[in-house]
Amino acid sequence: MQVPASFEYERAESVPHALELLERYGEDARLVAGGHSLIPMMKLRLAQPDALIDINGLAELSHLGVDGDTLVIGALVRHAALLADEVVGTYFPIFHEAERVIADPVVRNRGTVGGSLCQADPSEDLSAAFAAVRAEAVILGPGGSRTVPIREFHVGPYETVVEPGEILTELRVPIRPGAGSAYEKVERRVGDWPVAAAGAYLRLDGGVIAEAGIGLTAVGAEHFTAPDAEAYLIGKAAEEAVLREAARIAAESCEPQADQRGPVDYKRHLAGELTYRALSRAAERSGS
Amino acid sequence: MRVSVTVNGQNYVREIEPRLLLVHFLRDELGLTGTHWGCDTSNCGVCVVQLDGVPVKSCTVLAVMADGHEVTTVEGLEKDGELDPVQQGFVQCHGLQCGFCTPGMLMTARWLLDRNPDPDEGEIREAISGQLCRCTGYENIVRSIRWAAEKEASV
Repeated sequence: MQVPASFEYERAESVPHALELLERYGEDARLVAGGHSLIPMMKLRLAQPDALIDINGLAELSHLGVDGDTLVIGALVRHAALLADEVVGTYFPIFHEAERVIADPVVRNRGTVGGSLCQADPSEDLSAAFAAVRAEAVILGPGGSRTVPIREFHVGPYETVVEPGEILTELRVPIRPGAGSAYEKVERRVGDWPVAAAGAYLRLDGGVIAEAGIGLTAVGAEHFTAPDAEAYLIGKAAEEAVLREAARIAAESCEPQADQRGPVDYKRHLAGELTYRALSRAAERSGS
Repeated sequence: MRVSVTVNGQNYVREIEPRLLLVHFLRDELGLTGTHWGCDTSNCGVCVVQLDGVPVKSCTVLAVMADGHEVTTVEGLEKDGELDPVQQGFVQCHGLQCGFCTPGMLMTARWLLDRNPDPDEGEIREAISGQLCRCTGYENIVRSIRWAAEKEASV
């Protein structure tokens, strides 16, 4: 039987209360929401917090909607809610395509967007999707809130800029008229972590690419992105040869590791092919 | 710590350790062994119960998280001595052999039909995609859930 080691349990009644509890318990406290990363790690003693602060009841972190020209996703939004939301699907098909291949429907009922990002697993899907669309993360601490570009949010495997005593409260994604996006993943079996996956975001203006975002996961891409490939795309027509070349640059920029999911050359091949496919669909979906 | 959990409509108050998982709370504290305990890693889905009406893998939920909430287990499907249509479907269509995955399958099937009374085969397979069955090849489970959908449509 796998059971976590003993810990203190506190249920946060509000966001300020959660901050107060984080301060009281110090560095060895962890926030828990869906728990689908943290609880398995606690069972294996890969994580052994002294205290868990349960934020599942904080409705103020579950908001999901459009605020002006920004899509706002509360950190406590469940994967299932993001997948079910029609507005999200209209503006950002990349999120629906990523969510459909994250774990399974029952796990998605419980796991949260914020939890996935804060876990900072180097193979996590939403990290690539949010990187592609250049989201911003809003982090609240005792001194107030700060906003961090998602491309600066992850500082390494399982490490983010969220300090002890702070809470990721929401993700903000700029909505640009006419932009298109898509997500492509290869997994060994349904619901598994990716062998490789790529997200793409393109905005065309006057027939050329005005804005390009590429997100990559599970292939050792720094900050889940491929900035050289993005820069190559700007100002060019979204035609096959251009997208192929961008995908090649993206694949070259990765540093995949060989593991049970495949060797380096296979993963690099996937990074390129999936980037191309995601870019192609993002281009089809972008207006003008 | 003291928790108060409503399980299948009945309130239970227990003194438990925070590290107790919901699956063990149901089985060991309440004696509701219909919920099975399997892989312990939220992969296999035999431990699925409904928490406030939503299926969750109870090996990855702390019992303290259910404090003040409602849990429904397979024991709660039967109404007034009559099996739920999804249970009847598994009987009629031979939806199980060893039965280990069945309670979790039933809880997810019930949730699916509550949201989508007429699911096609693809939708059924998607709904149960986080749950493993090593006996049936899923074919008869899909038929069982379709049987329940048709039964409910005919009433």
